[in-house]
Amino acid sequence: MIVMREAFGNRLCVHYCGAQGSRMRNGRFFLHLMVALQLGAATMLAGCASQPLLPDAAPGLSFDPRAVARGAQLAAIGNCIDCHTAAGGRPYAGGRALKTPFGIIHGTNITPDSDTGIGRWSEAAFFRAMREGVDREGRHLYPAFPYDHYTKVTDDDIRAIYAYLMTREPMRAVPPPNKLPFPFNIRSLIAVWKRLYFKPGVFRPDPARNSEWNRGAYLVQGLGHCGACHTPRNALGAEKKTEYLEGGEAGGWHGPALTAASPAPVPWTAEQLHKYLRTGLDDLHAIAVGPMEPVVRNLATVPEQDVRAMAIYLAAIAGEPSPHRRKKAQDALAHARREEASYPFPDRTDHEAVGRGGDRAYQNGRAIYSGACAACHDQGRQPTSGAALHLALGTAMTIPTSANLVHLIMEGITPPDGDVGRFMPGFASELTNEQVRDLVAYIREYFGRAPAWYDIEDEVRKSRKELSERNGKAKG
Amino acid sequence: MVTLNVNGQTHQIDTHPDTPLLYVLMDHLALNGAKFGCGLGQCGACTVLADGQAIFSCITPVSVLQGRRIRTLEGLGTIDNPGPVQRAFIEEQAAQCGFCIPGMIMRAQALLERNPSPSQAEIRAHMSTNLCRCGTHMRILRAVEHAAGAMRSGAASKESKR
Amino acid sequence: MNEDALARRRFLAGSGALVVSFSLLPRLAPGAPEPPAAAKIQKLPGALGNTPMLDSWIRIGADGTITVFTGKVELGQGIKTALIQVAAEELLVDPRRIDLVTADTSRTPDERYTAGSQSMQDSGTAILNAAAQVRALLLGIAAQLYNVSPDSLTVQNGTIRAADGRSIGYGELVKGRSLHLQAQPQSPLRDPATRSIMGKSMPRVDIPAKLAGAVIYIQDLRLPGMAHARVVRPPSYGAALRTLDAAKIEKLPGVVKVVHDGSYLAVIAEREYQAVMAMRALARAATWEEKAGLPPPAELYAHLQRLPSQDTAIADGPATRSGSGTIEATYRRPYQIHGSIGPSCAVGRYQDGSLTVWTHSQGVYPLQGAIAEMLKLPAERVRCIHMEGAGCYGHNGADDAGADAALLALALPGRPVRVQWMREDEHVWEPYGPAMISTAKARLNASGDVTDWQYEVWSNSHNERPGPAGNLAPAWHLQTPFAKPPPKPIPQPTGGGDRNAIPLYRFGNVRVVHHFISQMPLRVSALRALGAYHNIFAIESFVDELARSTRADPVEFRLRHLDDARARDVIRTAAERFGWSGYKRQQGRGRGFAFARYKNLAAYAAIACEVEVERETGRVRMIRAVAASDSGEAVNPDGIRNQIEGGIIQSLSWTLFEAVTFNDTRITSMDWGSYPILRFPNLPDSVEVHVINRPGQPFLGTGEAAQGPAAAAIANAVADATGVRIRELPLTNRRVKAAIGV
Repeated sequence: MIVMREAFGNRLCVHYCGAQGSRMRNGRFFLHLMVALQLGAATMLAGCASQPLLPDAAPGLSFDPRAVARGAQLAAIGNCIDCHTAAGGRPYAGGRALKTPFGIIHGTNITPDSDTGIGRWSEAAFFRAMREGVDREGRHLYPAFPYDHYTKVTDDDIRAIYAYLMTREPMRAVPPPNKLPFPFNIRSLIAVWKRLYFKPGVFRPDPARNSEWNRGAYLVQGLGHCGACHTPRNALGAEKKTEYLEGGEAGGWHGPALTAASPAPVPWTAEQLHKYLRTGLDDLHAIAVGPMEPVVRNLATVPEQDVRAMAIYLAAIAGEPSPHRRKKAQDALAHARREEASYPFPDRTDHEAVGRGGDRAYQNGRAIYSGACAACHDQGRQPTSGAALHLALGTAMTIPTSANLVHLIMEGITPPDGDVGRFMPGFASELTNEQVRDLVAYIREYFGRAPAWYDIEDEVRKSRKELSERNGKAKG
Repeated sequence: MVTLNVNGQTHQIDTHPDTPLLYVLMDHLALNGAKFGCGLGQCGACTVLADGQAIFSCITPVSVLQGRRIRTLEGLGTIDNPGPVQRAFIEEQAAQCGFCIPGMIMRAQALLERNPSPSQAEIRAHMSTNLCRCGTHMRILRAVEHAAGAMRSGAASKESKR
Repeated sequence: MNEDALARRRFLAGSGALVVSFSLLPRLAPGAPEPPAAAKIQKLPGALGNTPMLDSWIRIGADGTITVFTGKVELGQGIKTALIQVAAEELLVDPRRIDLVTADTSRTPDERYTAGSQSMQDSGTAILNAAAQVRALLLGIAAQLYNVSPDSLTVQNGTIRAADGRSIGYGELVKGRSLHLQAQPQSPLRDPATRSIMGKSMPRVDIPAKLAGAVIYIQDLRLPGMAHARVVRPPSYGAALRTLDAAKIEKLPGVVKVVHDGSYLAVIAEREYQAVMAMRALARAATWEEKAGLPPPAELYAHLQRLPSQDTAIADGPATRSGSGTIEATYRRPYQIHGSIGPSCAVGRYQDGSLTVWTHSQGVYPLQGAIAEMLKLPAERVRCIHMEGAGCYGHNGADDAGADAALLALALPGRPVRVQWMREDEHVWEPYGPAMISTAKARLNASGDVTDWQYEVWSNSHNERPGPAGNLAPAWHLQTPFAKPPPKPIPQPTGGGDRNAIPLYRFGNVRVVHHFISQMPLRVSALRALGAYHNIFAIESFVDELARSTRADPVEFRLRHLDDARARDVIRTAAERFGWSGYKRQQGRGRGFAFARYKNLAAYAAIACEVEVERETGRVRMIRAVAASDSGEAVNPDGIRNQIEGGIIQSLSWTLFEAVTFNDTRITSMDWGSYPILRFPNLPDSVEVHVINRPGQPFLGTGEAAQGPAAAAIANAVADATGVRIRELPLTNRRVKAAIGV
């Protein structure tokens, strides 16, 4: 049964990860039905339902300020504020819509408001949520809340986070109802999911590794929940444990593999990872954008040694780059240096793909790059170009999907409100869908040096639709 | 040679196709509405319309604009016959140095052509791409609302005349 | 005898008493030395003192056109409109008949700089009086012509009417004769109660053309045969050009010339974008020798306070003793930029030994002198004509761009050369508002009144304008460079770093010391309000701290220490309109109040505001601001409102977001990403300005009156909302969050 589900699951994953056209709907419904039937049977077999309601927190709780301060840092590593705050909304008051393959789930209000937040949650209730994924009323929580990671957090740390959350400003706010189609709206079915894919338990250090590695492992596997975005998931949305950190997806962005399968043109060293996680910047890699931007913004507030530990651990996961990868890195660096040296009239002839002269789309993409992008991106991290990265060095060019590059081209990069940061204009209005398509395809071939993407048109359409919903911009 | 349609007229421009539209407007067509503010797509002083969409002319190479209808400030109205958005800005005296205002007008025009009754919040969010250094923002917002009202009643009176 | 002399004779022959009282002086050639001492014995109003001849200010053409000349320039503050209103009011003509010519070294009075909010006080007063005197002159001539008494004549829109119906227009009356007569100390000013043009919010004369794309700004100027230039600036202050491989650049499309003079590097091309591309290539073709000459950013303030300073007690009371009962606080403000939306630009043309520079400099006459010195040309061979730029807010890159245009025009004689600075040029090379530190100390008696007050402020110079060629950045990079002259403090009562350092309040034992620091690690000069922005921020924050220490209401505390009736009026008006006494604080919100009289001489402004502070992020949002201002006689009330409102929003940006960043060698805030300013989503819900008009009172400069009080009102509101006092600007999310803690 499990084997069948996995086989099923792989195909399902391809459908969900790729385009979502209307002709998929029938297929999806059929699959939903199959899954529901199977789960329904499993539920009866499992015989588990909801858990007990826990008593209210004692009134007038007070907390050690040191625990609160520690909790603030841990919450920053856990990036709690990001999922639990709506765009333009109050911090921790919930309401943010998380798009999952199963529908839309809204982050809950975790301010200590008694009626709409966690004001009545005792410490035990909070423990149960973090460790077992069950809320105070006893209902199972959707694993969009990554308790499969938070279960690893130690008692002291959970206590500190509780102290921190319970001393926030209570805000009265009810998130919009989730939009989950049948059968995913049946919470009790999560029990089955848990039985299959979730094993609660605190992190256990590896005695064969040093304390810094273990600290990094604890933070990455636990609060950091990096795998939530950087590990592929199966049909039922569980991380595939055998493919830990081999690449995942979050909010329409691809989270690249952090292992030896990393698509980064230049392999990451521990120092580079440390600098990137701490500041969002590294000279040989792109800046933290999209879902990584708030992660990095929060990591800037936690102790330096914790970030360093995470970097050490992640570098160890990636391991030493193979000779093949080293060669590719040298090629990419040489490509970048060659074009930077000849800026502003870069010499692109000697490594142009052969026989592309007659390809209109290729020539179109090349012309668009030359006119719209080269002015900044060929300069090579110069202050006068907003320090733009040469594209031969960018991971967005080498991942399996065009999603990230499309996001960047359409939306640009804007520093968060009032903060100092890098700025890249978006080109959604300046370019038509066809122009973006040709540009993206050109960039993939010329800078990414990788096989063509097939999802470009879909990603561009998706992006434009999202922008239109967000900003009210007209169609392209 | 690049062919551009600007304010309803077709022009053949002898310039490299990579040339950002802003330089063609200023240098070849002697149009002053779009202004150089940063050349980096950060301030909006160069905003013009391409098929009704507000674009930064400083980062858009003319090569991608062939076949699109480009409109600049000059295409919205003249000093003797200003368009409704220009008129609203004049009536609200929504300018101090005035340098950013043409870009603001173009940006507002794009909004109002698509959404004739924007809320305050929508106007603020939409205009966030454009910078003003003199602090004229409150008047600019009032001018956009004023223009929205004028365009709605203009449209309404056109309707009633039918 | 020439025409002019004959004309003058005709004026004098048989004139009425008014005309006889005008003395005659030889016509002054442009650039000629000052008039003889006799002309200055009796003090003339406003700028007439320096330019006493009436026809320097007002000319009437035979066809009735009226041209008014001013040495001031339009910066976006509405001065053109206000001066037209003033002239129209006293001349009794429709304002639309007036053509106002702004600063041009060949045509207008020399009024030095348009700065310090002096324009209405100086030029406005001069034009007010000159116009009144011209009107009286014309009435005198008409009275003579009609053989009636001048009092029996009426004037309407430039036409003079006798009681019996005879009438004659100004133009016909004067028949193109000059008004080359010296102004008198007294003017027959019209009764303020009869004003019909001044005191009205006449729409700005310059706005319609700006919104229709007319050629208005220097950036719009196109001349036949004009070439385009870009300068490759050194990467840091002390950088010197080491190697240059310019041969390839000269062959690039459209390149006319590469200019290389020492470390000064520029390229001139036919088309603008060709110049941009060539500039990028030229930057790549150059290598520079740099030195790490900037202070460590984390220790900026300590570093500044360790530099040698010239210490002056500008208020000489005894020092306030330390110890129990003394309240003390230190306030800091970083370098901040002008950040003109349109980077600086200029056009130069050198032809037949004469140079013309079109520039948006605030001071075309001083710039003329500086350029002449730099190029070793006689001043009368250099003409500087003002054309508007984007708002400059003080000494930005405009003068330097003018110098660039001059240098490059000389490199390409016969063709106009347009130089446009890039965004990063402006961000990096413009002179900044200096970083400042001040320490306040005070003691209160049992009734909560301030008995001892001591204030010390450390600052660089706030005025490094040309002036001398050594204040032009391009001149520093030439093969034979001009050394930057040693800075000099601006004396009180105007002051530079010590502007508004002396409180207007009635405190006992006031001691104020100005520590003028000569060494300037970063390039600095005048930024709108000069030292007043920081000093008012500091003083009004400290006054708030004192009030709170005795649980006094901040508004009542201020009123208790103020005798100036006009100051009390603005304070009461702002507080009342804000709803200060009935205010109910909501969770996360607070209110703040501040007051100042700019320079203790110019306009009064009081501001009350409400802010909201988001505890988790430290983000400050202004909810609303209510201001009251008093600029004396309000020539254009809407213009005043525009300036106060704009000043509040500009100050909101400075106060919440802005600080120049740098490392040990270079300025790193190069664009709007690395130096963010306020955008539309950061705006308050509302800003209200209540203008108190005082007809007949002297005009008071308003353009810089709001910035200081706004900063303090915001800081005070943040303290009220959070219970935490922050004394270092800007009040970024990070700084506020760190102060609030977890």
